[in-house]
Amino acid sequence: MTENKSGSLLLHPDRSTGIIGYGAYIPRYRLPGSEVAQLWTGSPKGSPVKEKAVAGLDEDVITMSIEASRNALARAGIDPQELRAVWVGSESHPYAVKPSGTVVAEAIGASNNIQAGDWEFACKAGTEAMVAAIALVGSGMGKYALAIGMDTAQGKPGDALEYTASSGGAAFIIGPADEAVVEIEATYSYVSDTPDFWRRQEQKYPEHGQRFTGDPAYFKHIESAGRVMMEELGMKASDFTYAVFHQPNPKFPMKAGKDLGFTEEQLLPGLLVPVIGNTYAGASMIGLTAILDIAKPGDRILQVSYGSGAGSDAFYFVVTERIAERRALAPSIADYLARRTEINYATYARFRGKIDMG
Amino acid sequence: MENPRYWRLKKQRYGLVGEVCPHCNSKIFPPRDVCPECGSEARTEYAFSGKGKVYSYTVMRDAPAGYEQNAPYTVAIVALDEGPMVTAQLTDLGEEPVQIGMPVEMVTRKLREDVEKKGILVYGYKFRPVMQG
Repeated sequence: MTENKSGSLLLHPDRSTGIIGYGAYIPRYRLPGSEVAQLWTGSPKGSPVKEKAVAGLDEDVITMSIEASRNALARAGIDPQELRAVWVGSESHPYAVKPSGTVVAEAIGASNNIQAGDWEFACKAGTEAMVAAIALVGSGMGKYALAIGMDTAQGKPGDALEYTASSGGAAFIIGPADEAVVEIEATYSYVSDTPDFWRRQEQKYPEHGQRFTGDPAYFKHIESAGRVMMEELGMKASDFTYAVFHQPNPKFPMKAGKDLGFTEEQLLPGLLVPVIGNTYAGASMIGLTAILDIAKPGDRILQVSYGSGAGSDAFYFVVTERIAERRALAPSIADYLARRTEINYATYARFRGKIDMG
Repeated sequence: MENPRYWRLKKQRYGLVGEVCPHCNSKIFPPRDVCPECGSEARTEYAFSGKGKVYSYTVMRDAPAGYEQNAPYTVAIVALDEGPMVTAQLTDLGEEPVQIGMPVEMVTRKLREDVEKKGILVYGYKFRPVMQG
């Protein structure tokens, strides 16, 4: 079976690891849900979110990953030459063939002695990179590894996903636990072959299974990963200070959270989807950064991502006393939310390449 | 085929990496291996802070090849805090009017892309209004 040597399903490396530095990125532009609703339904009502973040004309997963990584490096206070991996998880890598990670690594000043392959697993590509970074550091192969979840999500014009498919994400530098702002106590992943959402090669927009994306997909995987994690830890929802889940819309993470026994007070601090939309591979990771912006030493955090296809990665974190001094070294989520320029649907269509130039 | 040129310039373009003169401590950008202040050899790498002020600017409405998709856009001469002047696009201006003396900071962005979307993507420095926080 798959239990580790102490008989647990949880993943924990021989050497304890933690998050040394964290960084978020949200682009400046916001498309109100009312703009999308007005265009396709004739009424400004009905959007599941207030607005979503939209990347500018000169932004993509590579540029946004660079800024989030610089924020993470500023908080970590390490020399980027000490990184042994620069891993970008996304479903909107700018190239089909040519890694995003090499450009990001060069821009942030990493050395040539690194791993830099890109990760793909729909919306959990970033957390898959986090688990790999924990393994790399926890095995002693490297002291620090950078894991990024970032997307410029694609929503077909007129599709329900267009209200929420947004741009943004977060970067985490994983390193030894004794330098960490957040210690990583354990991770656990739950995966199955579930066709709820996909995009075939060379297709511009994804397809999805409508209601099938709910119970057998999102809820099954998030709740299985969360439940196994809590059972194996011998913890219950009330033992955690905060919980953050993948957030494709506001309703899903709140329902999954309540099913697992969490309260609104535990869930709302990490819930960014109403004001930035669904950042796909970045979604649960950027939610975690919002929590770290306010967390106190000793706080316990549960994070569970979800990627279609399908799977969830669960993480249990404990905040350390280093959080206060590191937090101020880079812009917070509140800073990025305050930097806001509202755009209309026409500008959005231009920014996201939805105008056919012939 | 311009790829080798972009490849040679990647370090200075991605991260605003120039040089510092070991003799007179002048900061040099772009890197040129000879100090423009004292004429001595200067090959020590120096990463600029990316902070500076708008020295002058203009708006490009008739963009050259490879930049059409961004027009209209603002190009500025930025006086870096460390001394050198660089010419670069301003980005993420939102509704903020550009003003001479405005504090700006470096960001790495997509500089150009061919219309057919077949070639390499060229990344490099731009400047934006300094983020509050």
